[in-house]
Amino acid sequence: MTEMVEQTSAPAADAVTSRLKRRYAAERRFQFMGMAAIAVALGFLALLLVSIFAKGASAFVQTQVQLEVTFDAGILGVAPGADRDTLASGDYLGLAKAALWSRFPDVSGRAEKRQLAALLSPSAGDALRDMVLSDPNVIGSTRKVWFPVSDSVDMTNKGYLPRDPAVEGARLNAAQMGWLQSLEDGGVLTKRFNWQFVTTGDSRDPTQAGVWGAVVGSFYSVLVTLLLSFPLGVATAVYLEEFAPKNRWTDLIEVNINNLAAVPSIVFGLLGLAVFLAVFGLPRSAPMVGGLVLTLMTLPTIIIAARASLKAVPPSIREAALGMGSSKLQMVTDHVLPLALPGILTGTILGMARALGESAPLLMIGMVAFIVDVPSGPMDPATVLPVQVYLWADSSERAFVEKTSAAIIVLLLFLAVMNLAAILLRKKFERRW
Amino acid sequence: MQLLTLTVVLLLLTSIGYRLGRGKAVATAGGNPRLLHSLPRYHGYFVALWCGLPALLVVALWLVAEPSLVRHLVQSGLPDDTLAIGEERLNLLYNEVRNVARYGMTASSPVVEAAAQRYGELRATLFAAAAALALALASGGLAFAYQRIKSDLRARNRVESVVRVFLVVCSTVAIFTTIGIVLSLLFESLRFFQSVSPIEFLFGTTWSPQMAIRADQVGSSGAFGAVPLFAGTALISLIAMLVAVPLGLLSAIYMAEYAAPRFRAVAKPLLEILAGIPTVVYGFFAALSMAPMVRDFGSSMGLSIASESALVAGVVMGVMIIPFVSSLSDDIITAVPQSLREGSYGLGATKSETVKQVILPAALPGIVGGVLLAVSRAIGETMIVVMAAGLSANLTANPFEAVTTVTVQIVTLLVGDQEFDSPKTLAAFALGLVLFFVTLALNIVALHVVRKYREQYD
Repeated sequence: MTEMVEQTSAPAADAVTSRLKRRYAAERRFQFMGMAAIAVALGFLALLLVSIFAKGASAFVQTQVQLEVTFDAGILGVAPGADRDTLASGDYLGLAKAALWSRFPDVSGRAEKRQLAALLSPSAGDALRDMVLSDPNVIGSTRKVWFPVSDSVDMTNKGYLPRDPAVEGARLNAAQMGWLQSLEDGGVLTKRFNWQFVTTGDSRDPTQAGVWGAVVGSFYSVLVTLLLSFPLGVATAVYLEEFAPKNRWTDLIEVNINNLAAVPSIVFGLLGLAVFLAVFGLPRSAPMVGGLVLTLMTLPTIIIAARASLKAVPPSIREAALGMGSSKLQMVTDHVLPLALPGILTGTILGMARALGESAPLLMIGMVAFIVDVPSGPMDPATVLPVQVYLWADSSERAFVEKTSAAIIVLLLFLAVMNLAAILLRKKFERRW
Repeated sequence: MQLLTLTVVLLLLTSIGYRLGRGKAVATAGGNPRLLHSLPRYHGYFVALWCGLPALLVVALWLVAEPSLVRHLVQSGLPDDTLAIGEERLNLLYNEVRNVARYGMTASSPVVEAAAQRYGELRATLFAAAAALALALASGGLAFAYQRIKSDLRARNRVESVVRVFLVVCSTVAIFTTIGIVLSLLFESLRFFQSVSPIEFLFGTTWSPQMAIRADQVGSSGAFGAVPLFAGTALISLIAMLVAVPLGLLSAIYMAEYAAPRFRAVAKPLLEILAGIPTVVYGFFAALSMAPMVRDFGSSMGLSIASESALVAGVVMGVMIIPFVSSLSDDIITAVPQSLREGSYGLGATKSETVKQVILPAALPGIVGGVLLAVSRAIGETMIVVMAAGLSANLTANPFEAVTTVTVQIVTLLVGDQEFDSPKTLAAFALGLVLFFVTLALNIVALHVVRKYREQYD
């Protein structure tokens, strides 16, 4: 035996060494591939977030121009003493235009004046109307007011459109660029925080479109989902975990829940359309129906999470409670549930985050409608944040790309807060038995 | 608003019932709760349940039944010649009636105006009836239960049995959901298959639902061949898997076998973020950032890549699924017994050789199960393909061309006009049925494979 080993050892050792080199190289390659896979995935995440934040951050500011406005009752067409409705019907946009014209007194001629007025947003009069409605006495006085500019000017000022009128894609002509330059030099053209974006509903005009209507719609949908799915989910989990006998019926329920967790979300939308809208006759586009559909969709998630945290409560707690003479239900409500609650809440928050980001089933039940008003209740027609993103992404206007990204930032912000809450909850209350 | 008031009143009555019941129980026992069979609060719950439960059930029933009941009554009051205009126009008319009655819009005809008035009256009467019934039930229940409180009343047992029934009812919601899905899909699909044969639908190669809006159109039934949709779905899912499986598996292996705990603690949650981002965000990214980039890159290489190519949708979807594959594989790889690793190291294998020749073969069934689950996710994914893949039903295997998928078509067919009986709308339900059963089959197979594998080492 030893002789044979010694005879072969010299060439074999060489072979082993050279093979070892190759094997180690393969080892390093493999490890590198693993690193690279993670790097690619995280790189994509970074690319996604950076591109959205880079595109969307600018939508939170709006280019505005400060003009000196004389509240001329003649242009407005209403007298200071008129009642509210008459006051509200005044020509406030005309007033804003007049203010701009008076800044450039040498602009004359209808065509030129119209081009100059086109610098202002169609909603430029709104601020003036609010001022007059809150205090009719401003009529006749002169004030300095900030006005939103049109989306072409906004986009040009933010650098998304070429400033040189000769370049293809420019939306402002040489004269308009000149006026803009003069306003900039005068220091009255700046970017200010875009309150309109965070306080109003949707609009066809990009400068007036806001995200608040969708936020409120999302809030109602998720609220309905939470109010329904939390009690339902917890009750189901408690029944299956603490009371249910092990028989075919409970097996059937369990198989069902596991399958529902994997059904594509759009199928829930079809269910909502065929049952809630067609059979029960509930209104289209209502957050109530959206909440019902999302409840059915998130229920399996919540049940599975709740069961896991009920399972984690050690049997000794149950035995102690029963030993002290409490009934089975008292044992659950007074001892097991309070101990499992942090885990259940964590699962519920994650389920709600999923519901908040979901859009496909809501398209089915008509939450894609164009809705300007901010909904005032769960039965009002509304849209939700992710669907608003979808709607704006479909729009061809350049200014909507910025709005879409900004709406995504708002959505991601809400999701981040919810996930953070779930993580903190878990950290604070997690117990190892 | 009225409904809210009614509910608040009922809840108030219920809480009064609780107080009264509890108070009487304590009084019966002469201030010594030990003489009672149940704790005083159970007597309170007992009265509250008798007071609140039947009344709230009446309110719920009213909520469900009211719209169809009112509609039936209003329609039966319409003149005969108005009733004869056909179901679709009757629907429109009824919508107008509702809008006139609820939001004070101006009616287009005296018929509508009369109907609107009737609608308002009927709703008011019905609500009054429901409210009266609910209040009567609540006060009656309160009085009845209050009377029955005695020291030996088994209040706890009564309350607990109600709660138990509630728990059982809640647990059946999952079953009813499944039944609801299957029935609604099946029912609408059967109506669809009355106008288009299932063979045509499953094996036809032309998909052009827009042609079939009018039933009298020639060849309207020939346009529902879903094969291009299935092929498109398969192509995009395949691309997604080609991205997700290698990346997900490799990162899972690295996390489980190589990474230091600190790296793992940071990288794993970061990777999970990918799964938490809403799909509509991926869709936006694919359509507005990736697609132009890929198209420009392609044209600089002399390739013509459609701006809604299957490639972009597939790749972005693949990235979305990476954390799904990696977390499932991670679980399965860490579940492989340590003894197998140590045996392999003991024979002199390097780490990568151990992974490739020992761990992966041992974990293979589980990984296959995980991949199947991921495939079912990819097939059912909607927003990414709606935004980034096209609408044109091309039957092609070229990833640079635009294809469409089952989910895209469901969305396109159902968003917008809503005539419930046109084959165009019903086709969406048939597609939904196919989608439901394919994903269901994939899940069952996957769970079966995973479970079978787990049994080996437990």
